[in-house]
Amino acid sequence: MSTQVATAEAGFLARVSRFSPPRRYLPVLGTFALFIGMFGVGGIRYDGFADPQVFLTLLLDNGFLIVLAVGMTFVILTGGIDLSVGSNVALSTLIAARTLEVGWPVAAVIGVVLLSGTLLGTAMGLLIHYFDIQPFIATLAGMFLARGLCYLISVESIPIEDGTFKTIAFGSITLPGGYYLGWTAVFALAVVAVAAYVLSSTRFGRTVYALGGSESSALLMGLPVAATKVGVYAISGLCAALGGLLFALYTLSGYSLHAVGMELDAIAAVVIGGTLLTGGRGFVVGSLLGVLVLGTIQTFISFDGTLSSWWTRISIGVLVLVFVVAQRVLTRR
Amino acid sequence: MPEILRSGRAIGARMMAHRLFWPLAALGALLVVNLIATPTFFNVRIQDGHLFGSLVDIVRNGAPVLLVAIGMTLVIATRGIDLSVGAVAAIAGAVACVYIVESPADGAAGAAVIAVSMALAVCVALGLWNGFLVAVVGIQPIIATLVLMVAGRGIAMLVTGGQITTVNNDAFAALASGHLLTLPVAALIALGVFAATQIVVRRTALGLLIESVGINPEASRLAGVRSRTIIWTVYVFAALCAGTAGLIIAANTHSVNANSLGLWIELDAILAVVIGGTSLAGGRFSLTGTLVGAMLIATLTRTIPNIGIPAEANYLFKALVVVIVCLLQSPKARAVLQRRREPVPTSRGEVVA
Repeated sequence: MSTQVATAEAGFLARVSRFSPPRRYLPVLGTFALFIGMFGVGGIRYDGFADPQVFLTLLLDNGFLIVLAVGMTFVILTGGIDLSVGSNVALSTLIAARTLEVGWPVAAVIGVVLLSGTLLGTAMGLLIHYFDIQPFIATLAGMFLARGLCYLISVESIPIEDGTFKTIAFGSITLPGGYYLGWTAVFALAVVAVAAYVLSSTRFGRTVYALGGSESSALLMGLPVAATKVGVYAISGLCAALGGLLFALYTLSGYSLHAVGMELDAIAAVVIGGTLLTGGRGFVVGSLLGVLVLGTIQTFISFDGTLSSWWTRISIGVLVLVFVVAQRVLTRR
Repeated sequence: MPEILRSGRAIGARMMAHRLFWPLAALGALLVVNLIATPTFFNVRIQDGHLFGSLVDIVRNGAPVLLVAIGMTLVIATRGIDLSVGAVAAIAGAVACVYIVESPADGAAGAAVIAVSMALAVCVALGLWNGFLVAVVGIQPIIATLVLMVAGRGIAMLVTGGQITTVNNDAFAALASGHLLTLPVAALIALGVFAATQIVVRRTALGLLIESVGINPEASRLAGVRSRTIIWTVYVFAALCAGTAGLIIAANTHSVNANSLGLWIELDAILAVVIGGTSLAGGRFSLTGTLVGAMLIATLTRTIPNIGIPAEANYLFKALVVVIVCLLQSPKARAVLQRRREPVPTSRGEVVA
């Protein structure tokens, strides 16, 4: 009996040791290992770091960034880039704050915010696809446009006093063990799940990968290149608007200087998550892990207390470097 | 009479086809708008032996963007891009200011000279780093320079210790507010770098080599062009230009704020290059176009408060300018316009791709 268990166990071990994950999952697994490792080191060094609540708070504090990174993943998978998401977030918070101030119903506010974000994304996608303007320049224009519109709405910060918004912002579900997870974090995870499904199991998702692999091949295969290319920017705009709503819930205010440079964090998260900036390879789950790694760095620095805030930026830069060089080495083979 | 009309039309068509026609027209239009809003806009007077006036201000305030854009033009011509220039500018300002503050004679001209040289030396090192990632490791330029863009401001804050460092050094301040031969020093530096670069790339083979690397790196390598060295050179040059711009900005405010110095200057610079007709796809470049583009941005920044719109709204107008100029230069948009209009036979020698 015991020998049987032993052999079964040995067989299992052998299978585990023989198992090598498919190459395409390597970057994501690397990010996952990095995240677990960082959490482990934090747990050993600081009291209370390993508490599951720290992880749950990480999700809550970075919910908006998770959603942004999801949208950015779609764009980067096609080989493009979207610089407008940070400004789009700021614009969304301002539209939400202003329309709530005027007394619009919450559903209409959410509708208008999502619509405006998606429209901005679609407009950039149209410029990129139909007029051959580089994604970098077109989304740069979108970035300036959204930031300029912010200032037109209000130069001052507008607080959000609405009851429903406050309920959602402070609402949380209680998990077994007395832990709690904010509603906004649950929502961000739901967005990740939907995006992962769309990318892996729908025709649209497969076309996104094909487009990133080779646009001309995708065109020759008869795939709907135009609709997909415009679509990813529309999705990125939609995600930016969703992220803006989450950010408005997080800060309970609308301000034109919100989310300055957040597009960089989103791009960094996607790169750290193992998505190739040249397009065609990567997973939404990787971007989620990328955001979590960025968040863990911040948690590290706040737990430590002696490290200054600028080490966050430096370590993000170093991480991006490591992942980019590693990707370069992996893809060269 | 019809002949004159026809030749006039031909000249008009040739002018419109010139790659700098639309940027120059936009610049002219902006100046006219300013003139209508403020009839004294073009007035230039001499006061205390210095030249003063709105036009002089535009050139002076546009100097940092022009400097960064000159470096960016050469990088873009090699089919690259440098996103780190804003961070490099912040680091240069931080190094110079911190050195001046900590040197024993913090008001002496000598301290300013050493501070500036140190800052520029650091910029060379940063440029070498970018060039190493692009030319040797072979990472796409946009990602390679993203690394320094993200980390650079952190490094600048590390140098300043997160403080806004203020300096009282007349020699250093003269970089931005000084005058030489009645002209502002900042403008002279930028125009001097422009002239020197123009001469070096157009009177030597360097310009040709840069274009060949941008058009086809592999073919140029096979033809015996040392593309690696050239790529390295342009990134170092871009970092030097960015550092100089950072020093001017720091000298202008007598201080350095690592978070805000040169924020988004990389975007303004790329904008200036694109408005000037240099394609982001690499290859043919035009430094004169970049000059026009930088001046267009500086004039735009000046125009908005001048016609009574809050200065914050300038992003909106920048967005419009980018979209309009890019559409006018886009071959597809041109084709659409051409089809709408009745076919006019034109000789299009200089169409920017």
